[in-house]
Amino acid sequence: MILKVENLKAKIVGEEKLILKGVELEIAEGEAHVIMGPNGSGKSTLANVIMGNPKYEVVDGDIRFLGESILNLRTDERAQRGIMLTFQNPYEIEGVKFDQLLLTAYRKLHGEDKTFFQLHSELKSIVSEIGLPVEFLERFVNLGFSGGERKKGEIVQARFLKPKLLILDEIDSGLDVDALRLVANQINEIKRAGTSLLVITHYSRILNFLDVDRVHVYIDGRIALSGDKNLAYKVEADGYSIAR
Amino acid sequence: MELQKLLYELKKREEFDIKVNAKPAIKLPAGLNKKLVYEISKAKGEPDWMTQHRLRSFEIFEKWHDPTWGVDRSELELSKIVPYIKPDAKKTNTWDEVPEEIKQAFEKLGIPEAERKYLAGVGAQFDSEMVYKNIKEELKKLGVIFTDIETAVREYPDLLREYFMKLVPPTDNRYAALHGALWSGGTFLYVPKGVKVPLPLQSYFLFGNPGGGQFEHTVIIADEGSEVTYIEGCTAPKYDIVNLHIGTVEVYVKRGARLKYLTMQNWSKNMFNLEIKRAIAEEDAVMTWVSGSFGSYKTMVYPATILKGDNSVSENVSISFAGPGQHIDTGSKVIHIGRNTRSTVDARSISIGGGWSFYRGLLKITESAKGSKATVSCTGLMIDNKSKSDTVPIIEVHNSDSDVGHEAKIGRIKDEQIFYLMSRGLSELEAKSLIVKGFIQPVVQELPFEYAIELNRLVEMEVESSIG
Repeated sequence: MILKVENLKAKIVGEEKLILKGVELEIAEGEAHVIMGPNGSGKSTLANVIMGNPKYEVVDGDIRFLGESILNLRTDERAQRGIMLTFQNPYEIEGVKFDQLLLTAYRKLHGEDKTFFQLHSELKSIVSEIGLPVEFLERFVNLGFSGGERKKGEIVQARFLKPKLLILDEIDSGLDVDALRLVANQINEIKRAGTSLLVITHYSRILNFLDVDRVHVYIDGRIALSGDKNLAYKVEADGYSIAR
Repeated sequence: MELQKLLYELKKREEFDIKVNAKPAIKLPAGLNKKLVYEISKAKGEPDWMTQHRLRSFEIFEKWHDPTWGVDRSELELSKIVPYIKPDAKKTNTWDEVPEEIKQAFEKLGIPEAERKYLAGVGAQFDSEMVYKNIKEELKKLGVIFTDIETAVREYPDLLREYFMKLVPPTDNRYAALHGALWSGGTFLYVPKGVKVPLPLQSYFLFGNPGGGQFEHTVIIADEGSEVTYIEGCTAPKYDIVNLHIGTVEVYVKRGARLKYLTMQNWSKNMFNLEIKRAIAEEDAVMTWVSGSFGSYKTMVYPATILKGDNSVSENVSISFAGPGQHIDTGSKVIHIGRNTRSTVDARSISIGGGWSFYRGLLKITESAKGSKATVSCTGLMIDNKSKSDTVPIIEVHNSDSDVGHEAKIGRIKDEQIFYLMSRGLSELEAKSLIVKGFIQPVVQELPFEYAIELNRLVEMEVESSIG
């Protein structure tokens, strides 16, 4: 089991109200799971809590990654174990070039296993495959990126940094259908390379292109229903009320 | 802080903490009086006009009131400053002739190596005087003069007199007057018409005595159509009493010339650093100031450009770094006089560990400067809640035919940015350090490669020692 979330309850630090109200989730190695849910149901919170965002506090339950609890690990330690989160709205880092960040991160995660030259040519081919110009690598991280460029940039990072578990937080929002297809193909590629996936979305749209093993419907801080891809289409046809 | 990290930190500090045990040849006593000013002149064997200049400056100094703004100078007792410390070394153009202790200090700073690799000429000042000055033979043949002011007084008196303290006269302010009385060492650089100096020239100022004052003077003349980059670097070991630095820089950029003046200021944290830097640009000339202020206890420096000639350009890029206990009061001044003149100011500051950055700027577009264009941008980054950042940009426009843009921003590193970078495997410290490096990138990109590396290292060190 790559990820096991047990009865996870969490809230924003300094607030009373629970956002995660007992989440249960198991992802086996190599699988792709989708979490669907309406806006404001706390899906992004789940992603942030798994990544260890200090803004949130776990009040009960556990998160196990490859059998070990990661609750006491800092975000960077979780990243070094092999967890990665792509952001719904990734942040701008002025003055830091995209490749500079990625090469720094790669060294932190994988050490010196490849030369600078190898890494750079790998980066260039990933960027071209996703339909971005090579100059993209020279731009400052997310600064002045269009919505689509930001999402593609996150995917480039995921492909390059090769996490064991990749959590994609609304990677599909704001993408037109061509970009969506391109991004989905890249995600399938990442899965084929051995990465397990947790895809968080509130549209079933992306599922048309994605190789998915399991779908969970997430409502009000809990997983309410789980099933195969058909569950997603049922939700689309009938709305989230089927899970309430 | 963990022990290992502390040791690492100390080790790195050591590299910058260069103490030199070189006995001076002359060390005049502390205290400010006319006799002392006269003795400095005598020790240098100056002609009468310079002696008179010093004495007149001193009289002006005595009449001037202290400015009521800027950093708190109550701890600066001018009467306790030792104004003139002549190193026991004659000025030479071969490192082998520089006394061993002094040479070693400059070697630790990487100066002779830098000279071999990527500089067209180097000057090295220890305490009050230059001990080394050398320029590539080819440039000498083209008529480039690169020496100290003392030599210029002797060998190029007419040229020097035409420019010396004309742009920053002793009447300018109290510290300009004091400087006029006590100046010692510094650089005289003349680049003849049309000569393009391919590599930067550098002067490095090192301070070796507690309680001393350094008052070097710099005059640069870039004659018509010439091009040159000049780098000024400075450092000093830390002592537990106050040191004083009042450097004055006068830059003359003639018609169509381009001059870039880079400063890397890394004085120790007991230094009062009160500098005056001013340039005048004639027709079609381009003046660029690139400044990094890292060290010192308290700094006041506002590089100024007077755009006198039509179509002249001024660029001013700066980064100030105020760490624990520091008050770094920096800024810029641009005065547009010629038509179609252009200027940009990009001033950035970082406050960390309780440091205080203050940006003070004046942009003045006079009535005659029709069709001028200017932008001022000042940005402050505060790394924590203890630190302070202020900006006071003043803009005066006296004609209706000019275009002025202005932006001021003070911000903090956002928790979300740190979380984003940490989710890519960087530690909190590495995340902050990367954000800071990104913030100063506009300055870094103006620097020669080796200096850019050095600057990044300095920033890492400062961020680490303040946060870690």
